[in-house]
Amino acid sequence: MPTVAADPTAGVGFELTEEQEILRGEVRRFAEERIRPGLAERDRERRFPAAIVREMGEMGLLGMLVEERHGGAGFSPLSYVIAVEELARVCPSTAVTMSVSNSVCCWPIAHFGSEELKRRVLPALASGAGLGAFALTEPGSGSDAGSLQTRAERRGGEWVLDGEKAWVSNAGYATHYVVVARTDPDAGKRGISAFVVPADAPGLEVGEPEKKLGLRASRTAPLAFRECRVAAENLLGEAGQGFKIALATLDHSRLGIAAQSVGIHQRALELAVEYARDRVQFGVPIGRHQGVGFQLAEMATRLEAARLLTRHAALEESGSRAGRLASEAKLFASEAANLACYQALQIHGGNGFSEDYEISRLYRDVRVTSIYEGTSEMQRWVIARHLLLENPARPG
Amino acid sequence: MQIKLSEEQLLLRETVRRFAEEVVRPRAREIDASGEFPRDFYDRAGELGLAGVAVPEAYGGAGMDTVSYCLVIEEISRVCATSGVILSVNNSLVCDPILDFGSEDQKREFLTPLASGEKLGCFALTESDAGSDPAALRTTARRDGDDYVLDGSKIFITNGTHADLAIVFATVDREKRHKGITAFVVPCDAPGLSRGGHEYKLGVNASGTTELVFDGVRVPERFRLGGEGDGFKVAMSTLDGGRVGIAAQAVGIAQGAFDEAVTYAQQREQFGKPIASFQAIQFYLADMSTELDAGRLLTWKAAWAKDRGKRFTLEAAQAKLFTSEMAQRVTNKALQIHGGYGYTRDYDVERFFRDARITEIYEGTSEIQKMVIASAVLGD
Repeated sequence: MPTVAADPTAGVGFELTEEQEILRGEVRRFAEERIRPGLAERDRERRFPAAIVREMGEMGLLGMLVEERHGGAGFSPLSYVIAVEELARVCPSTAVTMSVSNSVCCWPIAHFGSEELKRRVLPALASGAGLGAFALTEPGSGSDAGSLQTRAERRGGEWVLDGEKAWVSNAGYATHYVVVARTDPDAGKRGISAFVVPADAPGLEVGEPEKKLGLRASRTAPLAFRECRVAAENLLGEAGQGFKIALATLDHSRLGIAAQSVGIHQRALELAVEYARDRVQFGVPIGRHQGVGFQLAEMATRLEAARLLTRHAALEESGSRAGRLASEAKLFASEAANLACYQALQIHGGNGFSEDYEISRLYRDVRVTSIYEGTSEMQRWVIARHLLLENPARPG
Repeated sequence: MQIKLSEEQLLLRETVRRFAEEVVRPRAREIDASGEFPRDFYDRAGELGLAGVAVPEAYGGAGMDTVSYCLVIEEISRVCATSGVILSVNNSLVCDPILDFGSEDQKREFLTPLASGEKLGCFALTESDAGSDPAALRTTARRDGDDYVLDGSKIFITNGTHADLAIVFATVDREKRHKGITAFVVPCDAPGLSRGGHEYKLGVNASGTTELVFDGVRVPERFRLGGEGDGFKVAMSTLDGGRVGIAAQAVGIAQGAFDEAVTYAQQREQFGKPIASFQAIQFYLADMSTELDAGRLLTWKAAWAKDRGKRFTLEAAQAKLFTSEMAQRVTNKALQIHGGYGYTRDYDVERFFRDARITEIYEGTSEIQKMVIASAVLGD
């Protein structure tokens, strides 16, 4: 073999840095001590934990990817997915509240906003004084985001927004919404723009919260824009860039949902293992029966695969394969977490069907991971598009 | 955490890929059909340092790490899984136990020619009634003065038809079950050692799989690897490493099939357009790519864990379980994308589909991997 001088920056290693381990430990402690108490009640009462969200802001968890000069914590994407995983392990609702503010509000503002906008908006969002949200989906426009109908018209020094948005996480609690609207009805996807809309903008109304299968301690509601006026300076990037901004934001935010899925999967495995050790049938702990033990082995293996895909995609976030890797992580992790919750509940038998057991909540919470931030079908579509671009057709 | 191959690893991968394309691929289909063991391939691989990739240079190896070893097995298996397993057995199941358990003299005498590719090794553990339960093996090693005398027979021995040296597991006392098992290095030309014929298999058909029969085979005490009764530990520890090699083989087979499928899907036209433009085919490719990337990461993680010098039984079992079942699904979908053509021997996916099947069986079946993982997860 030819030999080459060693490059100290290269190599394959899987250990976390000391800083990442400390972060993981701190977020886990916070989640166990501050979020776990009252979890079942908040789920039952569909109550948003506003005080806990503020505390997350004080810890720096709401502006993890925002640069320090804009009031953020300046963490890497890898540190971010580690934090989301730890929050989701205890409370997937709180994790999505946090990841929405970070990934689909702070992130597009930090990447596409003007310096003035960043200075005006990001410090509040990053500190927990504010909270972010993202309004893309509409009643008639889900996976086909390019068909959205909400309009934005320039009138003097303002933009005036009219239309309806659906499934907006953090709606009602958010102080700022990134809103995607059509500014040129004749320009298709190039006629779409993105805006930062403050919650107190005149003409913005928050509708009735959705009654969801899971994630009941997170808030999801529709928004209505009735001649809603926004300052011209609140345009993100340039007019016509909104669709590009939305897609880039979703590429990034899929990491958050992949990490949320990994956290749920981790907890489902822990609950199943604990139950399989304690529960005795036919004279032995049920984990000793191969029908149960082998399911635990499959869950543990897929969990490791999902976690590695997620962390690798986070490492590669600024690389050329970022879009494909994020979608692969989101697709695999969400599907694996769904399967893990199904198997974990199955291992709990009838008890798992009772609200007294944590797994019954996770089973409901996990279901949305393969839907929001792009369904599994949309992830496959995105991955395939990247694959065919990466491997152009050879002459037949 | 970082996943960035070094310059050295990138160069290794490029070199092995070129070797695989130029030397291995042209004969892959032919040796699959004939079952002829590709000894010439092994000799040339040895010249490149591929017979003992992670063996220190002092003992004839290439002195690289286990991730590099995985790159080698993946690249070779991507074009020919038979050639992949021939190398994997010599590296993981023959060189490694001598490196880990052999005396300095044994390393000089046995390891150096094996790691340099001058000699070919095989690993003789399985018997007709001792597969997943190797502690039930019946081959005996009877002490006779300064020698041991081996009697019994071993089956499914990869490289067996052409190996120069065998790592043989025998019991000094069947009553003791696994505590009686002892490992030996046995030259395959020892009097009393005979080989069976070629085993015709569903896949990896030219890997020289055969039976080894020991009829009063006499070996001196200095050929014993470790102490009496250490053999079970030697076997289990060796199989942990072997599983990393098979995981890399499964990733390689799946990658080979995936590459063919992507190409074919873009060339083949039906209903007036390439079948790659149909959503059903696109979604197959998306799932295949996702699982492949996951399998490769699990494999590299196990390789990394091995090099850290601590126990990596769990990582190896997870990598082997996931990648082998992944390879089964990926090759199956690749064949499906090829339609009827994929069912013929004119297309490599037919071979990949057959070759993938064994990865779920050898070096511990999927069920054995699940036993290992379940026990680790439950903390038994």
